[in-house]
Amino acid sequence: MPEYSANASVFHPLSPAASAISALFIGTLIFLAVILALVTFLVIWFIIRFRDRPGAPEPVQTYGWKALEIAWTVIPAACLVVLFIFMAITMHRSDPPVGTRTPDLIVIAHQWWWEAEYLQSGVVAANEIHIPVGRPLLLELRSGDVIHDFWVPQLARKVDVVPGHPNHLWLEASIPGTYLGACAEFCGTEHAWMRIFVVAQAEPEFEQWVRQQLVIPPAPSAEEASKGAAIFQKRTCANCHTIEGTAANQRIGPDLTHLAARRIIAAGAAENTPANLSLWLKDPDIFKPGSHMPNLKLKNDEVRALVAYLETLK
Amino acid sequence: MKQAARDELSGGIAFDPQDTWLEWIASIDHKQIGTMYLAGAFVFFLAGGIEALLMRTQLIVPNNHFLSPEVYNQIFTMHGTTMVFLVLVPMLIGFSTYLVPLMIGANDMAFPRMNALSFWVQIMGGILLYFSFMTGGVNGGAPAAGWFSYAPLSEKAYSLGPGVDYWALGLLAIGVGTLTAAINLVVTIICMRVPGMTIQRLPLFVWMTLVNSVLIVTAMPLLNAALVMLLIDRQLNAHFFNPAGGGAALLWQDVFWAFGHPEVYIMILPAFGIISEVIPVFSGKPIYGYEFVAASTLAIAFLSLAVWAHHMFAVGLGHAFDLFFAGSSMLIAIPTGVKIFNWTSTMWGGRVRFTTAMLFSLGFLVMFTIGGLSGVAVAVVPIDWQVTDTYFVVAHIHYVLFGGAVFALFSGVYYWFPKMSGRLLSEQWGKAHFWLTLIGFNLTFLIQHQLGLLGMPRRVFTYPALPGWETMNMLSTIGAYLLGISVLVFIWNLWISLRHGAVAGDNPWGAWTLEWAVSSPPPERNFARVPPVHGRRPLWDLAHPDRADELVKAKR
Repeated sequence: MPEYSANASVFHPLSPAASAISALFIGTLIFLAVILALVTFLVIWFIIRFRDRPGAPEPVQTYGWKALEIAWTVIPAACLVVLFIFMAITMHRSDPPVGTRTPDLIVIAHQWWWEAEYLQSGVVAANEIHIPVGRPLLLELRSGDVIHDFWVPQLARKVDVVPGHPNHLWLEASIPGTYLGACAEFCGTEHAWMRIFVVAQAEPEFEQWVRQQLVIPPAPSAEEASKGAAIFQKRTCANCHTIEGTAANQRIGPDLTHLAARRIIAAGAAENTPANLSLWLKDPDIFKPGSHMPNLKLKNDEVRALVAYLETLK
Repeated sequence: MKQAARDELSGGIAFDPQDTWLEWIASIDHKQIGTMYLAGAFVFFLAGGIEALLMRTQLIVPNNHFLSPEVYNQIFTMHGTTMVFLVLVPMLIGFSTYLVPLMIGANDMAFPRMNALSFWVQIMGGILLYFSFMTGGVNGGAPAAGWFSYAPLSEKAYSLGPGVDYWALGLLAIGVGTLTAAINLVVTIICMRVPGMTIQRLPLFVWMTLVNSVLIVTAMPLLNAALVMLLIDRQLNAHFFNPAGGGAALLWQDVFWAFGHPEVYIMILPAFGIISEVIPVFSGKPIYGYEFVAASTLAIAFLSLAVWAHHMFAVGLGHAFDLFFAGSSMLIAIPTGVKIFNWTSTMWGGRVRFTTAMLFSLGFLVMFTIGGLSGVAVAVVPIDWQVTDTYFVVAHIHYVLFGGAVFALFSGVYYWFPKMSGRLLSEQWGKAHFWLTLIGFNLTFLIQHQLGLLGMPRRVFTYPALPGWETMNMLSTIGAYLLGISVLVFIWNLWISLRHGAVAGDNPWGAWTLEWAVSSPPPERNFARVPPVHGRRPLWDLAHPDRADELVKAKR
């Protein structure tokens, strides 16, 4: 796996929304730990104090005490009312209303990869979302097939991606970094390899990335790479993928216009290196058995040419 | 077997009464049917357990290739389905079928033939479900859409093979069996009580069975309806749950969980009943706050019908909707807490005997409290937004269903095995079994809370080698193997105790409910004469006529 924030814990939040949840979570856990300690202490105390000893007299038969029953009904109820209030406040903070605002970004979940379309710039990315630090982006989440779930623990709540039921999510990061996320709703064979990277960059770098993404890569000049470009169009690659500036314009699989600029392939199943890309093209089942990327039975020289071509797509 | 059934089966033809296989298969005796429920559920428990060990073996190291993703997904689907529908529910119904008539002074269930029908339909449903493993072919194999089979993944377009059809048909059969069993229990408890056994004197196990059975009758039809709709979608190309055809994917979740959350309580209420019998007996005192333990059960059952959408906080239904279901889910913690406090207080001033049955009940008290408290955490919507569909939730459900229900079931087995078999289970092996289970269980599942907090989603066939994940998954798998060993110890205990166990006698624990008034095992016809019932503990009253419960209470 490439570099990313090493501590993906929900208790290591790096956005205002995730921080609000983390604070509520910690408070709740402390409250619950006190109750657990109380129950455990009572159980242990009672079984030691009242363990059966030889010659112990028959216990006095008692049947209960109403005042005590009322106490342990009312006190927990009062605690829960407090918890409920904190919960309602945190819901508002961690998931503010969207109103009529148009989304910045449409994220479409597919079996088993993510597609992201930036509405303003028209950039189309896959499995890697870039965001500017400190500016919340509004995501609209749609599904291309079954139910998925968009989850980047350090940045935001989890949201299901439901076909026929678009959801919204605010995505923000307080500091630059690469954050690891995953599909959290079981979505079929390769659910495990449906990871997502969120790259948070300072505003100028983010703008730079957008400009880079909008550049249409030139046709390759090197011999090997131009052979690969021809193979890409001739073999069935072009039936599923898009590469801007060429005839390939299908959106069944990820847009590959800037494939070489990405850190991962196969939605996180492998790092994006020429060696891994060769393996992936030769037999997708090596990294991701059951994925919808077909095994085209490419010959070694075809793979070499294709990789040379794809590596030019910066 | 009863003479009447024998005559009916043989149709007047000579019939060998020594033919024990036929005797069991044709039995309409509640004790034999109850025993078969327990034995059948135990076989499925072993199957589900092996599936769990296969999963944990696959997850022992990152990027493992022990199981393919297709097989892993089938295995976790079957593990969940098996443990819920073929182990916990039938095992608790098995205890109820065996014990309820004895506890209320009846000689059999209200509908003995329907009792046999319930069991056999349920078993056949289980066999149908497992048959799916043998449907090979390109898209063959067992269902692989998870135990709650979310649409549209469970629709034909995404689950091509017959697995999900077997799943739906199997569960439909199991559902019918469970439903008829519940109706039978309700009628038995209402109509078959011996004079003196008023509703307010019912043993708490019977109380909880009654409430539980009403809950089954209320909730189970929802599942059956959902399954029929799914089958119509898959077989007749309808689109109830298929958004591509104008259906609603979330409709499945609503209908399934409107059944599914009561189902969680269906799996735990009779376990509460077992605990409510075992703790008083081994504390030498009546249950603390009988009325409150019984009433809190009613409250739980009622509330459980209005909490289902807490499984759906992440699907985007809006804050108002989430708040309602979060509130109802928090409320349910209150009656559950009342129970925990009453069980604990029962031991105050008592004489606590550390039998294996009691140890499992004490284990239940603490383990179930952990599961209940993590349940409060996931009822808090923003916390759920972070931890739902992660290993945190896997840990939570196992603390409730294993630390809760299974610990209670083991407690019940050690407690009632002498009544059912006439022999005591070995206490030495029993204690080894208990400690192995406790350690193995906590090693497996405690750590999974942390995995979830670190971002590990549930239902992944493998995971990247992220910091900390390797060690924690390895430890969790080792814990699972320990649990496997603990089950072997239990089987060994059953095996030797059935042969060489100490003879139990009628009432080895000094217990007070009516099942302990008859011989062990009970005679074919349960009661020649039922002891008089003037209070909640008939055998206590019989032994202490001067200090009978009702007398003591009247004096105060």
